[in-house]
Amino acid sequence: MSAAVTTIFVPRDSTALALGAEAVVKAIGQQAAARGESVQIVRNGSRGMFWLEPLVEVQTDAGRVAYGPVSPADVAGLFDAGFLKGADHALAHGLTDEIPFLKKQERLTFARVGITDPLSLEDYRAHEGYAGLERALTMAPADIVQEVTDSGLRGRGGAAFPTGIKWKTVLGAQSPVKYIVCNADEGDSGTFSDRMIMEDDPFVLIEGMTIAGLAVGAEQGYIYCRSEYPHAIAALEDAIDTAVATGWLGDDIRGSGKRFHLEVRKGAGAYVCGEETALLESLEGRRGVVRAKPPLPALEGLFGKPTVINNVISLATVPIILSRGAQFYRDFGMGRSRGTLPFQIAGNVKRGGLVEKAFGVTLRELMFDYGGGTRSGRAIRAVQVGGPLGAYLPESRFDVPMDYEAYAAFGGVVGHGGIVMFDETVDMAQQARYAMEFCAVESCGKCTPCRIGSTRGVETIDKIIAGDQPVKHVKLVRDLCDTMLYGSLCAMGGMTPYPVLSALNEFPEDFGLATNPAKAA
Amino acid sequence: MPEIATPTDGADRSAAIAAIVAARQDMPGALLPILHEIQDTQGFIPDEAVPVIAGALSLSRAEVHGVITFYHHFRQHPAGRHVVQVCRAEACQSVGANALVAHAKQALGCDFHETTADGQVTLEPVYCLGQCACGPAMMIGDQLHGYVDAKKFDALVAPLRAAAKEGQQ
Repeated sequence: MSAAVTTIFVPRDSTALALGAEAVVKAIGQQAAARGESVQIVRNGSRGMFWLEPLVEVQTDAGRVAYGPVSPADVAGLFDAGFLKGADHALAHGLTDEIPFLKKQERLTFARVGITDPLSLEDYRAHEGYAGLERALTMAPADIVQEVTDSGLRGRGGAAFPTGIKWKTVLGAQSPVKYIVCNADEGDSGTFSDRMIMEDDPFVLIEGMTIAGLAVGAEQGYIYCRSEYPHAIAALEDAIDTAVATGWLGDDIRGSGKRFHLEVRKGAGAYVCGEETALLESLEGRRGVVRAKPPLPALEGLFGKPTVINNVISLATVPIILSRGAQFYRDFGMGRSRGTLPFQIAGNVKRGGLVEKAFGVTLRELMFDYGGGTRSGRAIRAVQVGGPLGAYLPESRFDVPMDYEAYAAFGGVVGHGGIVMFDETVDMAQQARYAMEFCAVESCGKCTPCRIGSTRGVETIDKIIAGDQPVKHVKLVRDLCDTMLYGSLCAMGGMTPYPVLSALNEFPEDFGLATNPAKAA
Repeated sequence: MPEIATPTDGADRSAAIAAIVAARQDMPGALLPILHEIQDTQGFIPDEAVPVIAGALSLSRAEVHGVITFYHHFRQHPAGRHVVQVCRAEACQSVGANALVAHAKQALGCDFHETTADGQVTLEPVYCLGQCACGPAMMIGDQLHGYVDAKKFDALVAPLRAAAKEGQQ
């Protein structure tokens, strides 16, 4: 007789795909058919434990049991061992929820990620999905804005501006047309939390943007997603179609009489379009050239109309704030950094992935307790936190709590929470050169310090690397950095000096200079 | 997923471009969606598209040209059959991306933004594919790959070029 159907989860997240998930799904299907086993394969999101991808989970009476990393060649052995009953195997990790990497996290924004089928509205609803919007539909716009303000949520794209204050400005702006724009141009190396939300829980972003629309009186939203993320774009478009078909988007949201429409727009490979005014230019169909501020986008944004422009994580955090209340969210965190941040442990790391924790966790905890140290097994030498425009940190900074203010106090950048680890083989002069080179490639060209300064920076660092009067040329690079820091129009030129100067300050020996023992203190 | 659509030529291409522009010219901020659709269907953005787009959107040809050349993604000439994008960003650098890039250039016999002599593979740099815990990363068409070293690169790229040779015979 046929046994009960066993549910097996194999992620559709693009990291799982990059590591061969499709072939694993095929192999499981073939083995199940050959053995007469009745299985149902659910394509869930990733749990964010990327060193275990493709991570196959089996639903058992005790909970979901994890196996990974699974290759197609392992599948027959897994069936032989009885993995459909959660049996032991060399690749078994026990109950997924009990894996220390996951168990110690505080997943609020990522509450559903990896658990549900990202494209299933039914799954989404069964896991608190749309509870926030249902509550928002009963509230006055000003009360929604107040709730977000009270939660202490700050922009997760990097600038950390209070989200509620931004929304209040747009709510107060007098205009019949307003827009909600989601900045999904996640170009920072070492970051993938936006990508995971879009691929692995797209409805939460749709819900967050819809709530934002209700809060400020906007009826049209755009998600500007980078072209390097084709899987995210496909997942969003699928989820938007479902939301429209079921009345969660459109002219009459769930019979409330409220209207909100949403569209995905694709970027075209320009890092600077992550800067909000360049993004708006791009959405309007122009070169992604930075605008001078003021006017603020909140007053004159997309097509000259009042616009809320927020990062994916900011918007995806709004639903849980509305469903659980501002107090619930602000009880996490420290100082003025309230709530949680989805940190991304990347680069030369043994156990890389997504760790959502309250602010206050340290780099050391993230890199060692979660990350397990380097993949190469060598000592860590430098860590770049906050993307290509973030400082390189030496070990003396590993115990500073992750908090916007604590990082700013020493010239660090929490940014979007990306952590890129480098082992002792790294050459920091080369990393400094790369920071300038990247700025030269990606500068929009509007302001001189960024456009010209980055090219001169590459040339001068090349001279230092060649041993050509390093002391003199380092002085010149520092002077150039000063000009870029204070003379650039936006963060592209204005923050490129962060990685350059931190490399110079913390690792002078790589530039042919004497080490500075004072820096270690 | 198809790599890149076979470019049509002559009258077919002009008609295709005209249809794409007509279908989107009333969208707010229509230029990027139009350019994407032309490149996705034609493989690149031919010069002949510029005046058509400019006319429909009431822009100067210089403005349209300026947008096409600003964005790294858009190409003005056909690419090889397969576009291989190798990540150059920091997270991939920390696990050997620079060595992979050097190997890719040597193995393909071409530099970034160039196409192999057999016309099969165009090599492009990319600044982050969001696979930062599993680098070095690369993408062939829309197909992602993680933990790519020289050996894995060769294993992935060789069939693309071998298939072409067979096809030519």
